[in-house]
Amino acid sequence: MNGKKENLIIIGNGMAGISTVEQILKLTTRFDITVFGTEPYPNYNRIMLSYVLEGSKTLDDIVLNDLHWYEDYGITLHTGTTVTRIDAETHEVVTEDGTRVPYDKIIIATGSNSFILPVPGHDKEGVVGFRDIADCNVMLEAAKQYKRAAVIGGGLLGLEAAKGLVQLGMEVTVVHLMEDLMERQLDPQASAMLKAELERQGIRFKMGAQTSELLGGERVEGIRFADDTVLNVDFVVMAVGIKPNTAVARESGMEVNRGIVVNDYMQTSLENVYSVGECTEHRGVCYGLVAPLFEQGMILAKHICGVETAPYEGSVVSTKLKISGVDVFSTGEFIDSPEHTVISHKDDWKRTYKKILLRDNKMVGAVLFGDITDSAELQKLIKQQTEMTEELYGSLMGTGCGGHKKTTSVETMAEDEIVCGCNGVTKGTIVDVITNQGLTSVDEIKACTGATRSCGGCKPVVEQILQYVLGDSFSTGAKQGICGCTSMGRDEIVAEIRANGLQTTKEVMNVLGWSQPEGCSKCRPAINYYLGMIAPDTHEDEKESRFVNERMNANIQKDGTYTVVPRMYGGVTTPADLKRIADVSVKYDVKAVKVTGGQRLDLIGVKKEDLTKVWAELDMPSGYAYAKSLRTVKTCVGSQFCRFGTQDSMAMGARIERKFERLDLPAKFKYAVNGCPRNCAEACTKDIGIVGNDGGWEIFIGGNGGIKARLADSLCKVKTDEELIELCGAIMQYYRETGNYLERTSEWVERMGLEHIRSVVVDNLEERKALMQRIEFALEHVEEPWQKAIRNEEGQSKMFHGIEVSARP
Amino acid sequence: MTTKQSGTYFPAGVVEEFLPRIGRVVEIKDHQLAVFRASDGTIFAADNHTPHPKGGPLAEGIVSGHYLYDPLYDWKIDLTTGLVQAPDNGQVQMYPVKVENGQVWIEI
Repeated sequence: MNGKKENLIIIGNGMAGISTVEQILKLTTRFDITVFGTEPYPNYNRIMLSYVLEGSKTLDDIVLNDLHWYEDYGITLHTGTTVTRIDAETHEVVTEDGTRVPYDKIIIATGSNSFILPVPGHDKEGVVGFRDIADCNVMLEAAKQYKRAAVIGGGLLGLEAAKGLVQLGMEVTVVHLMEDLMERQLDPQASAMLKAELERQGIRFKMGAQTSELLGGERVEGIRFADDTVLNVDFVVMAVGIKPNTAVARESGMEVNRGIVVNDYMQTSLENVYSVGECTEHRGVCYGLVAPLFEQGMILAKHICGVETAPYEGSVVSTKLKISGVDVFSTGEFIDSPEHTVISHKDDWKRTYKKILLRDNKMVGAVLFGDITDSAELQKLIKQQTEMTEELYGSLMGTGCGGHKKTTSVETMAEDEIVCGCNGVTKGTIVDVITNQGLTSVDEIKACTGATRSCGGCKPVVEQILQYVLGDSFSTGAKQGICGCTSMGRDEIVAEIRANGLQTTKEVMNVLGWSQPEGCSKCRPAINYYLGMIAPDTHEDEKESRFVNERMNANIQKDGTYTVVPRMYGGVTTPADLKRIADVSVKYDVKAVKVTGGQRLDLIGVKKEDLTKVWAELDMPSGYAYAKSLRTVKTCVGSQFCRFGTQDSMAMGARIERKFERLDLPAKFKYAVNGCPRNCAEACTKDIGIVGNDGGWEIFIGGNGGIKARLADSLCKVKTDEELIELCGAIMQYYRETGNYLERTSEWVERMGLEHIRSVVVDNLEERKALMQRIEFALEHVEEPWQKAIRNEEGQSKMFHGIEVSARP
Repeated sequence: MTTKQSGTYFPAGVVEEFLPRIGRVVEIKDHQLAVFRASDGTIFAADNHTPHPKGGPLAEGIVSGHYLYDPLYDWKIDLTTGLVQAPDNGQVQMYPVKVENGQVWIEI
């Protein structure tokens, strides 16, 4: 990375350009970035100007990236500076004062300007657009001095400006050329409802009015319309539209139609020059809303950094009016035509209106007024051109029974789908901060990601995501990335490993596009487990991808010493073994000897460098007290000695423990075997609990006595010891193959369903046999870890021994 | 974070003595260091004490690129600066390392 950095110049210091820069910074450090902005401010949120006007926000509130941010990332910022031309010959940009700055790549993000109607008088004092902080300040000042205002243009921007001026105490008339407000976003029905609502809020309207002249002296005093009527006003806001700011591109001889023409990777006609945002024309469309800018910016960032990306194929645009108390939403196509099937519902009493348009039974557009709770869901369904079904119809149009449970739409939302259009925050980012940083409220998410910070329109969706991630459906993990490094879920990853024969964690992360090339402490051990589960014979276990305890084959304690737990099969030992344990404990000055809950002995406080010696002198197998593996098989006394015993639980416990030890599992695994239904070894709190009776065994699964206590479910009864072993093997292998890493059987049984597990391992004899064969195969490839460490002198020293450096340099 | 160093480099073995992505404890004078060899060959030397208030070693952590995940508390630590990553806070003392002809030198 020490090569010379490339000069990346951003022309335009607004939302589109800077959000693209933010995306680039996530991907690479190879650019020296310089930003030119005409306005004298750092990047602020243009969408929020309506709130500044209303008075609910200040200018400081709407700054997205303050000057420190530019400094922190080493970005050179020239505010109040306009780039006039790109000199492709010399590879320089030229500013208005003639300064030349060399570039390797350029992103044009100059946005758009207010379109001022070219009528006589348009240049009088008291006539402004509504586009930037300067316009906003003029409006705030005007409201202090003048009373009567007109807003020309009844679109989104015009209505928000009108509402703001009403809040500031002015008498406001909205002048609109068409008969319907927001005719580009709403259908006539919704427009009429909107107009009625806004009239209630004090805005006046003059519809079907064509402005022909602005009257007055120096300052505007009135508007004359095409029908010769006059409206007396002393302040006029022009909000009839915006036009892409393409000056720099025209000046540089680039291809420009209405906007700067780009291809699907945002490349302009000039080599190494890209364009993003409102100044851009993509497939004939110039967007004037914020969400598409982020979608374009993400693709451009990936492309410019050389990261594989899907092309930009245009955006389905949605509109939400940001006026408190007026909820309007539209997305996709919304004006009925003969080719549409229209589903609509209008309720004059509730003042709500809902319309969904279908083409060939696919959802292509929707309008909501008054109640926009379904907006996120509709947006997604329409984006995906979902087929309308009875069930969907019922849930959307509320014709189902009262108890109809809506499926959360966020569940099926793609990870990279933008939830917060104002700040370009994706679902993936939000899920990530909830899962990895433990955030539990919308406010925390706002502080951390910026989502909902601006218009607040996405708040319901963020709440839904929060609910979905923290709710029950989260533990199923089906649609979740397994950690912050990936958006892929467990099943997807396992399928990819199988399909592509991936062999190492690095390979998996590389091929599947992890965001951290070597993963994190969540995914590395998980992938290492999946690889071993899939290919027990060929997978080379990665010590470096194991948690400390499994890497060292001992449990680390907080002071850095370790605990050693030898096997005691079925919780039974011998005097000779006990003596040896005592001798070794004395010799190595073990800090404590403790009887564990699993019927064996903890040797606590062994130094790291003594571990291999302790193991060698104990000469016993590892009890795997540190592993995601079979830990212990707890037993009662059983029929050998107990007067109640009907089965030899000690022998069966030891047999099971010897059979299944050392095998990697998704999480730790505990057994209990009881000789009679008195259940003295407490089968109900074990992953597999076995209760002997006079004529066989009963098997319980999914018990847990730990942090989330759960009583085990009875799975089945068997008659013979062989059948018992086979069922244990099939259950464990099915859990190995379907369990999420770190998911205990108590969770697994609830996720998979007891009936389902029973149908696989109990009822389906063929499947049971196959599972048993697979676990036998995996068991052929396990090795006693302590012996292995003792034999492997060299590796052992690098693993277990430090290096002492003599004090002489 | 490196405090004022003496400018004295001590030989801490050859590169091969450090397994990739598996930390190893190195004791120099009265300092106990955790030394890591990243996948790209970079060698890092950190004070082998977690900044977590409960204490414990760092050498057994999981190494990912130039980051380390604390083995006991799962804090993510940037090995280039020693800075603990958000949402946790803290800093690990890092020591300058140079490698010459396969020999690792650590400045104390």
